Amino acid sequence: MTEVYVVGVDMIKFGRFPDRTVPSLGAEAALMALDDCGLTIQDMQALYCGNLGQASAMVGQRVLQEIGQTGIPVVNCANACATGATAFREGYMAIRAGQYDTVLAVGVEQMGKGLLGGGGGASGIPTEGLLGSGTMPSVFAHVGMEHSRKYGTTFEQFAKVSVKNHHHSTLNPKAMYQIETPLQEVMGAEMISYPNTKLMCSVNVDGSAAAVLMSEKKVKEKGLMSRAVRVRAAAMTSDPYTPRNLVMPDFNAVTRLAAKEAYEQAGVGPEDINLVELHDCFATAEIVHYENLGLCADGEAGRLIDSGETALGGRIPVNVSGGLLSKGHPLGATGIANIYEITTHLRGEAGARQVKGARLGLTHVVGMGSACAIHVLEKVN
Amino acid sequence: MPEAETKTAAKPLPVVPFLKIPESGEPYLEGHKCGHCGEVFLGQRMVCAACGTRGQMQPVRLSNKGKLYNFTVVHRNFPGVPVPFISAIVDLEGGGCLKGNLVDMVPNAEAIKFDMPVNVVFRDAGRKDREGNSYLSYFFTPAN
Ligand SMILES: [Zn+2]
Repeated sequence: MTEVYVVGVDMIKFGRFPDRTVPSLGAEAALMALDDCGLTIQDMQALYCGNLGQASAMVGQRVLQEIGQTGIPVVNCANACATGATAFREGYMAIRAGQYDTVLAVGVEQMGKGLLGGGGGASGIPTEGLLGSGTMPSVFAHVGMEHSRKYGTTFEQFAKVSVKNHHHSTLNPKAMYQIETPLQEVMGAEMISYPNTKLMCSVNVDGSAAAVLMSEKKVKEKGLMSRAVRVRAAAMTSDPYTPRNLVMPDFNAVTRLAAKEAYEQAGVGPEDINLVELHDCFATAEIVHYENLGLCADGEAGRLIDSGETALGGRIPVNVSGGLLSKGHPLGATGIANIYEITTHLRGEAGARQVKGARLGLTHVVGMGSACAIHVLEKVN
Repeated sequence: MPEAETKTAAKPLPVVPFLKIPESGEPYLEGHKCGHCGEVFLGQRMVCAACGTRGQMQPVRLSNKGKLYNFTVVHRNFPGVPVPFISAIVDLEGGGCLKGNLVDMVPNAEAIKFDMPVNVVFRDAGRKDREGNSYLSYFFTPAN
């Protein structure tokens, strides 16, 4: 099977663009990714498009209507917050299988403000706030509280995740926000679902990101190896059965299963990884994923955030882009935006937030329902 | 739609299908237990999600006693939902796990203890559907 490379990748600056359309946002990132490797839409043999909000509305085809209707196959993907990563992985798999040598993956989302999740029951009345809470901040509050229950993790430790990621985003011009948020400000912000305050919830934004994937033979033929990044692992899982999983979604087991597979595919361990973009949809989530991805031993995540080892300049920088907490979380675009961030560091092009000497990076997303996707990317030169 | 179908039910309806309201006797929660691996689920199902065994799910009456596994205090919610409230996840004695509101105690995260014993109680949901039907819901209360 051929090795697969990312040769072109980019994302738009995340923000709020109510006057734009979903296809136009997707088209913008697609053109940026093509320009990044000097290719055209005529070079693309297939398009894998990730979007949630218009999942039944042929977003991929409408992107092509904006940038060139070449008649290539389009696969539209929806997989909760793993949507963009799923589209990317489908493209990877098609090249790996030898079906194509050059494909385009696009992730795009246009979102409103406000709470996500909650609501529905089988009966005729809404059950949110009656049978507990199913809003995203509450679901991930429960995730954090389970960690507190096991290991005594504190409100302050969860809050430190937000301080760190907001700080990182001040170095990322493509992040939604570039604002420092000191610990007192994070902890003193409006409480949404304990222990997640407003500043510990990811930002709903509009955004898009795109990547061009290519087989090894084609990369050499096109002379694109100098800025290419090798995909060393592309792992995806659904939630294995665990007790309580159907009542309280278990984001740990699904991530651990994907991490195990990703490290096996790549033939590396967590100690070999130089930087990580993980799914910090809420501050509580980042803490549990430190352990799920093996960045520290079980029960050590609170100590890890306290130590500063996951900050830029530390042992294993996490979410130097600003993460979902501050860069923003346009659901369908997030997975490919993570690929952009890691690729940019492996190319040594990340400017003020560059992780020095980065050779191996890991991206992780997890969508409720559940789907986890992990990619390991490697610097070639 | 025939008029008969839009009439308000004489008795409260169950908030979820696994809340059973017998003609006589107390309401209760019904689970389904796998005859092969023993896992207990809320609601009816054909196949066990834990082990994949078919055709061995048997209804079981769930206990009204349990322990608080997990909670959060919800301070912000959708318009019209009264806050703050405690969203709780409870492990029932003898199997079964469910999420609900923990009531009859102050919604203060510092005062709530993991593993505290709770009871399952049945009360009016305090919400009606568009046809004006009342609903019976389940809640958790501190056991002592
Ligand atoms: Zn079973």
